[in-house]
Amino acid sequence: MLKAENVGKMYFRKSGQANYFYPVRDVSLTLTPGAVTVLTGRSGSGKTTLLHLLAGLLTPSEGKVYWDGTDLYSLPDAALSRLRNEKIGVIPQGRSAVDTLTVLENVQLPAALYRRRMPDAAPWLASLGIGHLAQARPAELSGGELRRVAIARALASEPEVILADEPTGDLDDENTERVLRIFRQAAQAGKAVFLVTHELDALRYADFAYRMENGCMTPCETQMK
Amino acid sequence: MKSLPVKNLIRKPGRTAALMLLTAFLALAVFGGSLVVLSLRQGLNSLEARLGADIIVVPSEAQSKVSFQNMFLQGTTGAFYMDAENLKRVREIEGVEKAAPQIFLASLKADCCSVKIQVIGFDPQADFTVQPWIAQSYARELGEMDVVVGCKVEAGVGEILRIYDQRCKVVGRLAATGTGLDTAVYCNLDTIRLLLQAAEEKGVSHKVTSDSAADQVSAIYVKVKVGYDVGRVNTAIQGHTRKASAVRTRSMITDVSDSLAGISRTVTGLIGAVWVLAFLILLIAFAMIIRERRREFAVLRLAGMSRRMLSGLILRETALCSLLGGVLGVCAAALLAFPFATLIETALGLPYLTPDLRTVALLAAAAVAAAGIVGSLASAGAAWRLSRVDPGTILREGA
Ligand SMILES: Nc1ncnc2c1ncn2[C@@H]1O[C@H](COP(=O)(O)OP(=O)(O)OP(=O)(O)O)[C@@H](O)[C@H]1O
Ligand SMILES: [Mg+2]
Repeated sequence: MLKAENVGKMYFRKSGQANYFYPVRDVSLTLTPGAVTVLTGRSGSGKTTLLHLLAGLLTPSEGKVYWDGTDLYSLPDAALSRLRNEKIGVIPQGRSAVDTLTVLENVQLPAALYRRRMPDAAPWLASLGIGHLAQARPAELSGGELRRVAIARALASEPEVILADEPTGDLDDENTERVLRIFRQAAQAGKAVFLVTHELDALRYADFAYRMENGCMTPCETQMK
Repeated sequence: MKSLPVKNLIRKPGRTAALMLLTAFLALAVFGGSLVVLSLRQGLNSLEARLGADIIVVPSEAQSKVSFQNMFLQGTTGAFYMDAENLKRVREIEGVEKAAPQIFLASLKADCCSVKIQVIGFDPQADFTVQPWIAQSYARELGEMDVVVGCKVEAGVGEILRIYDQRCKVVGRLAATGTGLDTAVYCNLDTIRLLLQAAEEKGVSHKVTSDSAADQVSAIYVKVKVGYDVGRVNTAIQGHTRKASAVRTRSMITDVSDSLAGISRTVTGLIGAVWVLAFLILLIAFAMIIRERRREFAVLRLAGMSRRMLSGLILRETALCSLLGGVLGVCAAALLAFPFATLIETALGLPYLTPDLRTVALLAAAAVAAAGIVGSLASAGAAWRLSRVDPGTILREGA
C-alpha cells in the first residue's frame, strides 16, 4: 500500500519574488487497493510533482512516502528501483517510449529489465486498440498511440499501484472511455489506481477525488454513479 | 536486458557510426604512430647488428661523399676502392683483433631487377660480420659464382642472376633488415673479382688504384681487442692507412639514432595531440549525446532501472561502440602502414623494419583497448552527472 505523509517539495528559484517555491506542500494521501483515486487541478498546480513524489522518482523536501510501512526514500537506489519495477506502474506525462525498441519490446521492458517472465502483451495492446502496432517503432506512432503504449507498459507487468499522469491527454472520446474503463477494471482486480487528469469525465470512475491548488490538495466530490 | 545496448547501437546507425569514427581516429593515430616508431627502432637495431664491427675503414672519397652511409641506409649503390695494402697495415696495428675486407660493385640494371643492386664480396676466412647472418639462410660455404641475396632482390633460390653477363647462382635469401642491405647481393672475393673484371670488359670503369683487381678493397671491417680503446685504435688506423678514413660505427649509428630520436619525438607529439583532441571531442560528443538522451534514460529509470544498471548500460554501449571503432582504426592503420612501409622508409631515409607479428598484434590490442578505455572514460563523466539528477526532474523537462 502506497502512502504519503505530509510530503512537500521545494525548489529554489533564481527569479521571482520569493527565492524558494513549493509546487507541492504538506500533502497526505493513501492509495487504497481496489480504488480509483482521481486528482484534478489547474496547470502548474503541482500534480505531476506529487505523482513523481509518490512514484519514488523525486526526492521530497519534506515528509515521507511509505510502501507497506517502509520509507521509500530511505531505501538504497537498487531496492527502490526494483520496488518501482515490480509494484508501481508509472504512466508519465508526455512521450515516454524508448525509441530503439519496438512497441512490444517497450511494453515488455519492465519484465525484461529484471529477466522476469515476459508478460503476454497482446491482450493489453488489443484492448487499447493498438494490437496491430506491436512491431512498429515509436517514431512511426501518433501521440495518442504512444500514450496507449505507455499505458500498456504500466499495466502489462501487473503492478500493485498504477500512477497515471494525464493518460487520456491525447486521446479522442472513444479511446478516453476505453482507457478509463481499463483503469476501472484494474481497480476491480485489486490494484490501487491514481489518476491525474483534466478530464472531468474521470470523476465518474473515481472512488476518491481530490483537487490540487497551488501545491495544496483538498478532497472534492466524485461523480460515481 | 543484455541486448538493449546492442539494440541502441544498431537501431541508431548514424549516431553509432559517428562515435565509432571518432574512436577509430584515436586508434589509428595510436597504432599507426607506434608502429612507425617501433619499426624505426627495430631498423636501427638491425643496422647495428649488420655493421657488427667497431671500426670500418673506407676510402677517403667514400667517407666525404657519405656514400658509404647511404649504402646502408638508403640502399644506394656504392663503388669505391682503396689499396689492399691498407688491409695489411690495419692488421699490424696494436689492438686490432680482426680485420675483414669487403669489395663492392654496383651492378647495371640487371636483367633480374628493376633497380641497380649492390654486390658485396667478402673474405670467408677473415669475415666476422656477414657470415653469421648468411648462416641463418645458407649454412654451407659459398662456392664460386654462388650468391646470397637480400630480401628485396627479386630472385628465388636456385635461380640464375645475371650480373655483367655472368651467371650467378642464388643459393640463399637473407632475412629482412630494413636497411639498404636488403637490396644487396653477397658473394666471396673470388666471385667479386670475376665480376669486377667482367664489368671492366663491359667498359664500366671502376676506379682502380693498381693494375690488378686483387690489390684493392672497398671497406675493412675492424674488431678491436677487448681492453683496447676504440678511439685510440681508430686514430692509429687513421695514421697508418693511405687515402682512407676510419669511421667508428658508433658515430654512424649515433647519426641515425639522432634523427630517429627527432622523428620519434615528432610522432609521439602528434600521437599525444591526437589523443588530447580526440579525448576532448569524445568527451563533448558523449556529453551531448547523453544529454540528448536524458528523457530516454529517465524512462528506463521509471521502468525500474537502478542508477547502477543505467550507468552499466551507458558504459556497455560506449565501450562496445568505441572498441568496434578501435578495431576499425587499427585495421585502417594496418591497411595504410604495411603497404606503404617502403614509402615511409624512403621518405624518412632511415632503416625501417616492421616488428614481428606478435608485437604488432600486441600493439593492435593495446590500441583497441586504449580506444575502449578512453571512450568509456569520456562517457563515464556524463553518465555520473546524469545519475545525480532525480528522474522525476528530467521527465518534467520538455514533456
Ligand atoms: N525542477 C523545478 N524547478 C523549478 N520549478 C519547478 C520544477 N519542477 C516543477 N516546478 C514548478 O512547480 C509547479 C508545478 O509543476 P507541475 O509539473 O507539478 O504542474 P502540473 O500540475 O503537473 O501542471 P500541468 O497540468 O500543466 O502538467 C510549476 O509551476 C513548475 O514551474
Ligand atoms: Mg503535469
